[in-house]
Amino acid sequence: MVRDLLIRGMLAGVVASLLAFGVAKIYGEPQVDRAIAFEGRHARADASAQAPADAQISAQQHQHGDEALVSRKVQSTAGLLTAVAVYGAAMGGLFALAFAFLYGRVGDLSPRLLALLLAIATFVAIYYVPSLKYPASPPAVGEPDTIAYRTGLFFLMILISLGGLVFAVAASRRLAPRYGSLSAMLIGAGLFAAVVVIAQLVLPDINEVPADFPAIVLWKFRMASLAIQVLMWATLGLMFGWLAERVLGGRRAVVRPKLSSA
Amino acid sequence: MAKAVTAPVSPPIAIPVREILPWLIFAVLLLMMIYFVGVEEGATSIFPGMYVHEFVHDGRHLLGFPCH
Repeated sequence: MVRDLLIRGMLAGVVASLLAFGVAKIYGEPQVDRAIAFEGRHARADASAQAPADAQISAQQHQHGDEALVSRKVQSTAGLLTAVAVYGAAMGGLFALAFAFLYGRVGDLSPRLLALLLAIATFVAIYYVPSLKYPASPPAVGEPDTIAYRTGLFFLMILISLGGLVFAVAASRRLAPRYGSLSAMLIGAGLFAAVVVIAQLVLPDINEVPADFPAIVLWKFRMASLAIQVLMWATLGLMFGWLAERVLGGRRAVVRPKLSSA
Repeated sequence: MAKAVTAPVSPPIAIPVREILPWLIFAVLLLMMIYFVGVEEGATSIFPGMYVHEFVHDGRHLLGFPCH
């Protein structure tokens, strides 16, 4: 049972990632290219300003040009597809395991409805909310020296957001018998929002966007990142729900047709 | 007089936790997959060099991970 769900989760994740790759390729790649062109212009400007030796050292720290370890062509095709597909398959598998645990434990939800709600909740908790604090950034944005610090904060924000959501859903379910399901849901939403707002205020800001980086490229890059994740989770939720219904179809308590005699 | 409910509505049966637990080893593998796409040769490194980082570079940026 769990094995069947896990396989289907990973499968749905791969299919979702193929659609996401389409958006990444068509809408995301042009922004990555523009950001790298900006980086290149800066590197050249720095090189003419500094001693040539220093410029060479800074150019070696991270290579995007033709001399890079992996060519831009491979990065933007096979590399991008691999990254998105591995991410999709892994998220699909984790999604299926979470689904296997939640099914039958969070009320009377059909496999399709549970999968859809879980996909929306996961998207919000692990991508959307964290991205409001630490948004996706194109090349040329971000100091290489602070990568460990930024990565730590990024995952901390995901953990807080995910933990906040689990806490809010658990609290909401516990309060439902007393306040009714709508009020309980609103209280849960309020709790989640409170956790998120506190994290937003307490965690440090990261601002490493170069002063003259084009705002429109940054915006379009972030919209592309958002579109990739929306498409990924929407496809995963819908497709996995459809597949899971076929695995779990008969898994309901047997209830004989009610015979009511007045 | 007698009315049969055609679609019996009954609560879904949860999968026992003991059936799910052995599969959690896969969760570790799946998290490792995400690590290689999102973090390897960035904040931390398992393999020397920058090949993995450079190969998944565009995906890492577009999926929202801090890259460099």
